Amino acid sequence: MTSSGKRFYAGLLALAVLLALLPLAVSNPYYLNVFNVVALNVMVVTGLNLLIGYAGHISLGHAAFFGLGAYISGILTGSYGWEPWLTLIFAAAVVALVATIIGVPTLRLKGNYLVMATLGFNLIVSVLMVQLDDITGGPSGYSGIPPLSLFGHAIATDQSFYWLAWGLVLVGLGLARNLVHSRVGRGLKALHESPLAAAASGVPIEAYKVKVFVVSAVYASVAGSLYAHYYGIITPATFDIFKSVELVTMCIIGGMGSLWGGLFGAALITPLPQLLAVVEEYKDIIFGGILLVLLIFLPQGVVGWLEGKRMRPGGRAF
Amino acid sequence: MQNARLGRVGPKERESGVSFGEQIAQYVVSGLTTGAVYALVALGFCLIYNATRIVNFAQGDFLSLGGLMAYTFLTGAGLPMILAFPCAVVSVALVGALLERLAIRPAKSRQVMVLIFITIAASILMRGIFKHLWGKEALALPPLSPEVPLKVLGATLTPQNLWVLGMTLAAIVALLWFFNRTLTGKAMRATAINPSAAALMGIDANRMTMYSFGLAGGLGALAGVLITPITSLSYEVGVIMGLKGFAAAVLGGYGSFVGAILGGLVLGLIESLTAGLVSSVYKDAVAFVVLLLVLFLRPGGLMGVKSGDRV
Repeated sequence: MTSSGKRFYAGLLALAVLLALLPLAVSNPYYLNVFNVVALNVMVVTGLNLLIGYAGHISLGHAAFFGLGAYISGILTGSYGWEPWLTLIFAAAVVALVATIIGVPTLRLKGNYLVMATLGFNLIVSVLMVQLDDITGGPSGYSGIPPLSLFGHAIATDQSFYWLAWGLVLVGLGLARNLVHSRVGRGLKALHESPLAAAASGVPIEAYKVKVFVVSAVYASVAGSLYAHYYGIITPATFDIFKSVELVTMCIIGGMGSLWGGLFGAALITPLPQLLAVVEEYKDIIFGGILLVLLIFLPQGVVGWLEGKRMRPGGRAF
Repeated sequence: MQNARLGRVGPKERESGVSFGEQIAQYVVSGLTTGAVYALVALGFCLIYNATRIVNFAQGDFLSLGGLMAYTFLTGAGLPMILAFPCAVVSVALVGALLERLAIRPAKSRQVMVLIFITIAASILMRGIFKHLWGKEALALPPLSPEVPLKVLGATLTPQNLWVLGMTLAAIVALLWFFNRTLTGKAMRATAINPSAAALMGIDANRMTMYSFGLAGGLGALAGVLITPITSLSYEVGVIMGLKGFAAAVLGGYGSFVGAILGGLVLGLIESLTAGLVSSVYKDAVAFVVLLLVLFLRPGGLMGVKSGDRV
């Protein structure tokens, strides 16, 4: 194993220990709930980071993938009595298909056409969630989603969901690192160094980019399914373009293309709206202001800054 | 919106003497009106894209601010419309230039992704400030001249429809004159075409970018003053208009001036006809379905610029 690999798994282990100890110190369900939301955001952001860091593309539609996962899981288990875990996998497969349909035509083009396509896609999905009210429950949302269960135990409390969500985050981080160090990851890294050389060496650039995009969409879908079962109720506003923007913001603030950066970004940004709720009147001004200052003066993100080096889109942080 | 008020063609309207042809004429009128506004917004996107290669997501907020400033100059400062209008446009143009000077120029990263997100952050900040200053409630901006409906080819035209179309045309002519006949305009074009060659000729690229933001702000404000009397005026009215203007720019061919105008008008027409003839429920989705179809089938847009190079 390489030294960067050792460092990564040591980090992952440290994170696991920290996460295991956390509930001992924090038993207030409100804080546990915040940690749980952070976990779900970390999951989406991990996928997004693969896309931004390795395919060099931004998606402004990940809230839609997140929402599709949530709505497919919610509706099929709530209205049709499907098995929750099976539905989670089914939803992920549907989202993978949708992402392929969006990714294939746009990722083969030069320039950031994916941003435009995903943005449009998210807006369409938002309209559908509101307008197809017979199925989705319309603007007030869809409720009555059963909780997940594991080995016969319902995961209905903040505490039990904490273990499930963060357990899956650790798995997700491990898988993401594996992808980065796989043939696909190396191919994409080559692409960043020199597209021409990569193509000449037989790297199927377009196919790899689509693959990474699909994987990142699946991360979002799984997080969405978990979200639906955790809350039991889902509303369209949770999955609008502003959520997509927030998710990418987490990647950028943490450090683009860095898995640890995504973790930091999600942990920093997720509780911010709640913290700022005290100053409701100035919430957007403060949030926008902080974001603006960070983006202007700290574009490499918190982790990039800590490492004291500038991050490039082909980031080497892990 | 007018077509929302008109609703679908019901048997009742048919009997009451509004023929199908007249209905279509009405949809075309409202489609062209909204389309002209989309075109103005799309031109703003286009200007900034050509100068910096970034998508300015604060473009819609320029539109909101245009309407809000006109409202304040009119009711707060008590200026007549003929003065409030240009004052609003100029003040938003200054805000646009300030955005470039204070947020884009000092940015440590030149990465397009980061710069795009700076405009998104600026948009969140601006909307927060608008909400604080003008409140959440909808405001009413009066039309430019008293509403006396005219009948043309069976369609009802309000003076505001004519103002929108006329002012858009005037703005396009003024832009053409500016970019083809003035030194500053030519310098801006030179910078867009080849920044380093332009810099060698002594053109200050930063200054040109600032002018682009200023012009984009002015165009956004113009769109705002023109459309908010027809729709409604609030601190966030520009969000959806901005996104549709963006779709229009993509439809026309992102970065192309002619494309932006054409894309705006075509999108306005498609939207209005779909809302009138098919269903008004999905009206807001139409623009984005068109956006996706264009990206999938003809990424270069109607004008076929930068024809979507393969990697």
